[in-house]
Amino acid sequence: MTVTDLLSYEDALASYDPVMGLEVHVELGTRTKMFCGCSTALGAEPNSQTCPTCLGLPGALPVVNESGVESAIRIGLALNCEIAQWCRFARKNYFYPDMPKNFQTSQYDEPIAYNGYLDVQLEDGEVFRVHIERAHMEEDTGKSTHIGGATGRIHGASHSLLDYNRAGIPLIEIVTKPIEGAGARAPEVARAYVAELRELIRALGVSEARMEMGQLRCDVNLSLRPLGEKKFGTRSETKNVNSLRSVERAARFEIQRHAAVLSSGGTIVQETRHFHEEDGSTTSGRIKEEAEDYRYFPEPDLVPIAPPREWVEELRGSLPELPLARRERLKKEWGISDFEMQSALNAGAIDLITATIDAGADAASARKWWMGELARHANEAGVELSEVAITPQQVARISALVAAGELNDKLARQVIEGVLAGEGDPDRVVEKRGLKVVSDEGALNAAVDQAIADNAAVADKIRGGNLAAAGALIGAVMKLTRGQADAKRVRELVLEKLQG
Amino acid sequence: MTDIIRLTAAETAARIASGELTAVEVAEAHLARIEAVDEKVHAYLHVDREGALAQARAVDAKRAAGEPLGPLAGVPLALKDIFTTEGVPTTVGSKILEGWIPPYDATVTKRLKDADVVILGKTNMDEFAMGSSTENSAYGPTGNPWDLTRVPGGSGGGSAAALASYQAPLAIGTDTGGSIRQPAAVTGTVGVKPTYGGVSRYGMVAFSSSLDQGGPCARTVLDAALLHEVIAGHDPMDSTSIDAPVPPVVEAARSGDVAGLRVGVVKELGGEGYQAGVVERFNESVELLRGLGAEVVELSCPSFTYALAAYYLIAPSECSSNLARFDAMRYGLRVGDDGSHSAEEVTALTREAGFGPEVKRRIILGTYALSSGYYDAYYGSAQKVRTLIARDFERAFEQVDVVVSPTTPTTAFPIGERVDDPLAMYLADLCTIPVNLAGNAAMSLPCGLAPEDGLPVGLQIIAPALKDDRLYRVGAAVEAAFVAKWGHPLLEEAPQL
Ligand SMILES: [Zn+2]
Repeated sequence: MTVTDLLSYEDALASYDPVMGLEVHVELGTRTKMFCGCSTALGAEPNSQTCPTCLGLPGALPVVNESGVESAIRIGLALNCEIAQWCRFARKNYFYPDMPKNFQTSQYDEPIAYNGYLDVQLEDGEVFRVHIERAHMEEDTGKSTHIGGATGRIHGASHSLLDYNRAGIPLIEIVTKPIEGAGARAPEVARAYVAELRELIRALGVSEARMEMGQLRCDVNLSLRPLGEKKFGTRSETKNVNSLRSVERAARFEIQRHAAVLSSGGTIVQETRHFHEEDGSTTSGRIKEEAEDYRYFPEPDLVPIAPPREWVEELRGSLPELPLARRERLKKEWGISDFEMQSALNAGAIDLITATIDAGADAASARKWWMGELARHANEAGVELSEVAITPQQVARISALVAAGELNDKLARQVIEGVLAGEGDPDRVVEKRGLKVVSDEGALNAAVDQAIADNAAVADKIRGGNLAAAGALIGAVMKLTRGQADAKRVRELVLEKLQG
Repeated sequence: MTDIIRLTAAETAARIASGELTAVEVAEAHLARIEAVDEKVHAYLHVDREGALAQARAVDAKRAAGEPLGPLAGVPLALKDIFTTEGVPTTVGSKILEGWIPPYDATVTKRLKDADVVILGKTNMDEFAMGSSTENSAYGPTGNPWDLTRVPGGSGGGSAAALASYQAPLAIGTDTGGSIRQPAAVTGTVGVKPTYGGVSRYGMVAFSSSLDQGGPCARTVLDAALLHEVIAGHDPMDSTSIDAPVPPVVEAARSGDVAGLRVGVVKELGGEGYQAGVVERFNESVELLRGLGAEVVELSCPSFTYALAAYYLIAPSECSSNLARFDAMRYGLRVGDDGSHSAEEVTALTREAGFGPEVKRRIILGTYALSSGYYDAYYGSAQKVRTLIARDFERAFEQVDVVVSPTTPTTAFPIGERVDDPLAMYLADLCTIPVNLAGNAAMSLPCGLAPEDGLPVGLQIIAPALKDDRLYRVGAAVEAAFVAKWGHPLLEEAPQL
């Protein structure tokens, strides 16, 4: 891989103003495909979820999946879009082996939803409005696996495997208007936009929007123009940037790369680029010498869609509380700052914390476990927080055991470790590992007495009224009980014995 | 006893129902006829002897068990090779699908089977239904039973020739610009293009989706109506299929009354360039209608002048996209897969070898017409013309109940005469194309022989969308009057094969 010249981020922003366009594809969680009755379930045997229509067999015809249209309208409404009174599907014609018909049934100049916006909140609480150009319906392609090449790309491969299970799964493509005025915060805006959109999609229940599963895929289009210039520069299109962090890194990398090219008098080529997770770089893909000609025309196999206004209004009325409003509410309920809420959002922890609270935990401890121990664990394992092998109910149970004094924090961490290791529910882990707090008063009294005897000087200080010294004695008791004592009770006993 | 193969479908069904004939006897008689004459005619691309006999046996078993039989149970049929048939080859007249065995039945195929119609085999056609002579078939031309050196029309020449040579009493065709009606006209048979959306397109290999329409072909108007009723009706698998009851076509075919009916004659569908004998027979038909009590009204539909031009932009545009799926990846022909070619090259080599010249011509034409920068001028303008033609029809149908015209400007032309002259070939569909562009219903039925060449001439009857029954009412009346006049059905004048 050739090393790309980069300008430092600060220098880049000192001379140039970034303009971004974000295209996000969301795979809908409908039960069946967009134009046939095949299942959309993941993980099935390749090509087992196919039929004449999604294989593009001669003679087969599409029929629109109503629930796909409903999801599209709900997304449009949640993005504050206008919903088309009448719109059509169009054929986007191009050849690719994993496209069964060699055209994608999509929408062109008549999208189902258009002209909207999404407010996104940055780390410091500032709200940035991203304008939405359109949201339209289309179908996914099949999946190619290229075998025998070095890069996993089609070039150089000896053969390719085609799986059409994904072909025809409904997609919604959401396209922003050019995002201007973000300046140095452009990468952060890009990340916050995708994060907010992901929350929105999940809140609507139209998709799990798991980026690592390709259920939400982002293309980052970026150009620079000299500060003060109105005209947009030439853009690059970085395809399939598939994590929040990568979205931010890709934008940042492209800003630095464009700046290096432009400041040395070069010109940016309009091209697609591939993003590399390992080092956050992008490399050149396909050069677009001229705009690709997809020969769009209205899909003659489908009738136009004219969603009845009453239906649209009914859908509008039944939208759930949207993420930003919900976070405002939760922020107050949980008593936390903008920054803390932002961290919870970035960690994908909000729903987990909420579910833990619903299962009986208090807000502070639910947040503490998810954002602390469990977030650290997810990070180390390189998985989403929601994929960590513990349920909100289990976290709530641990939190209840702590509140009841049956576990202390240290023991609780060991219980979590046990649950994650697949040793069973918290109660079972406590039992198996013998992690119960020592609540046998006799044993505890003996340990406290022992600690007082071992630390006579400290004991004297406490007798003299220096309560701060109690910590040292408590520490000694914990050591004697191998951490299994309830620190609160130990403190009570220490003070009882030394102060009467 | 009349020869089995010369019976009408209605008579055949009645005799099977009464036990006078068995379905197996009927199927065997037709299979024997195919064996005897199809080497000369070449109506069939594939004869499904075993499948047909199995279906026939099932009908006889049903009857023996006292189960109710449908109105066409046991009647043999020739299916255009554009409809998918599970387990039976479907080539669409193209090399690119040679050897393809579809895993599913088209809705039309399924409805035929459900109605106990016995499918004898698949009939020859212009490749992908593109043509007016069946000469564009990758599997060789079909002869016109009236004169084997002449074309049987196209694209459904195989279906029409099968009827005219008594190799089946019923057939199915598809009509994108005239592919049912024009072959019917030049072979002296009956063909109907139903209202667009009247018959499901599911499993009918697409040429031009917004124009394609499957329909019935037969030797009599009543037979066509009986078949129409079997294959028509809403299909949830085809979004463009009409969700309304099938017009009462059989009832109309049995009534055959035109007294008081207003019949329009469109100035633009006739006149200069039409063969003299065609004009003569057409004028005679109009007089016959007048004699039967119809009121004849002269009309003008000025936009029809642009129909052919609009058609040759819309149909190729849609075909360029519809045929993109033939890429050698999943089914059909594959050329160059020897490890030395990329996937893209294999696709290109396969399409080069698998598509015939007319198909390539239309793919290139359509690709061009849809290109950015040309779309508005070509595809866009053609769609506007289409709207104007539909309006012309609307205005016409404010004044008349049906429109009549010659089906084709000429009788059957010699094989080879127009193959190198696409424009001359395209003119064969001059009178039929406006109907497809507007989505109306139309029929062609025999109205006599042209004196100069002794070949059949077709009368086209056009009805508004959803009023398919009018075709049968008028058609049955005209047919009865002509048969009375001639003393026998026209087809009896065809030479013995
Ligand atoms: Zn499917």
